[in-house]
Amino acid sequence: MRRFWFIPGLILPIFAWLSYFPLHVASDQMSDSGEKTQQSAEKQQMDIQIPPPPFSEGIFPCSECHADMEVNLKRRKLVEFHEDIVLKHDEKNRWCMDCHDANNRDMLHSASGELIDFRESYKLCGQCHGPKLRDWKAGIHGRRTGYWNGRKEYLLCAHCHDPHSPKFKSMKPEPPPKKPGPIK
Amino acid sequence: MSILKDILSPIKLNRRTFLKSAAVTSSAVALSACTKETREELLQKDFRSMSKDEIAKVIQRLEEKYAKEYGKKFSVSAKETIPHTFFGYALDISRCIGCRRCVYACVEENNQTKEPQLHWIQVLEMEKELGIDLIHSNLYYDHEEVPYEGHFYLPVQCQQCKNPPCVKVCPVGATWTTSDGIVVVDYNWCIGCRYCMAACPYGARHYNWGKVKLDTETINPNTHYLGNRPRYKGAVEKCTFCIQRVREGRYPKCVEVCPVGARKFGNLLDEKSEIRYILENKRVIILKEELNTQPKFYYFYGT
Repeated sequence: MRRFWFIPGLILPIFAWLSYFPLHVASDQMSDSGEKTQQSAEKQQMDIQIPPPPFSEGIFPCSECHADMEVNLKRRKLVEFHEDIVLKHDEKNRWCMDCHDANNRDMLHSASGELIDFRESYKLCGQCHGPKLRDWKAGIHGRRTGYWNGRKEYLLCAHCHDPHSPKFKSMKPEPPPKKPGPIK
Repeated sequence: MSILKDILSPIKLNRRTFLKSAAVTSSAVALSACTKETREELLQKDFRSMSKDEIAKVIQRLEEKYAKEYGKKFSVSAKETIPHTFFGYALDISRCIGCRRCVYACVEENNQTKEPQLHWIQVLEMEKELGIDLIHSNLYYDHEEVPYEGHFYLPVQCQQCKNPPCVKVCPVGATWTTSDGIVVVDYNWCIGCRYCMAACPYGARHYNWGKVKLDTETINPNTHYLGNRPRYKGAVEKCTFCIQRVREGRYPKCVEVCPVGARKFGNLLDEKSEIRYILENKRVIILKEELNTQPKFYYFYGT
């Protein structure tokens, strides 16, 4: 793990004080059958932890800059700030305010307008990527570390996928093995 | 002549007794000539027939030996199985990008020799058009970036078979399946005949052709007797699901380093484990099913 391939240039400093926090799984949409609700309740009892979201340094809280700014809901190309963000995530149909909340800048919001904390951004992603969210909760999608019979750590979707351009980036492979040759 | 015969007759020195006593005497002389450590090593029993005290003695001897050799404090564990466990492993073919992070993380964790190089994990590159086609796969791919267009990747390591051919052919019983389902090797008992390598259909067993070379700096001193302790020239070794980690409850190293999270591990007897979820909900395949080796290493399609 020499390199972290999440969002280029993003690190997790600001939220260090937040440290780890428990994942709330029981409350959300998984309850299409009684059995599944029971499963997720059990999962909540298991100790599952997620590291803080991968913000760029100094970017959060957003309200620090946005508090005094007028809300402009017009879809436009950003020029003064955030111009480095290239949206490659269904960009024809969406833009910033479909996920970021215009009134409460430090929060995201779901399609129904419900506020979502950045630390629970998987709820936002899961609105479209339902099967992935289901697999992630089961520990199948994404990396899990920790103990197979105890405390586990998950990553948020945004730790591996840049939310603005979520396709997993290709990377340089480690060197190939040496071909067999004479023994020294 | 007859006098001599009469004198010797009560001893009955025939060819057989002469050879026997000669062998015993010469080996006794040879043993007395070598150091205490070597003598103990030579007379060590195989792991499964040793008592707890004997194991403790062997471990102490090994810890001292390794500490001396590598200049680092070593811990060699002989931790037994966690009750009610039977390990299984799953790898998501649709996720793996062939970055080989697992290969080198495994080398660091499990102390494989660097020269000649030895890898427990072999990542095969295959063409999407051909599907899983082992014959035309490429182990030595070297691209600027992966995944390479039109290709997918299939990492192969020990498949931890329920019906392991390698165990069947071992003439000395130096390899066996533990009750938690890991095929292990007693490196001290292995005679290096390499029958198991010929028997394994997955190329998962590896031979130490030369003296094991490890850097003092990168060597992992937290070891298990049946796992990642430094090996000997002439011993066969293989993936053990990181026995030193999984018997402590931790995930294998390759699971933890995979940047795409393609590797999954868990207890097959636990209904709520990730591995059971995969077996029950995903499309799962095993390699070379027709050989009836019954691997506990499953490949699946996560999408």
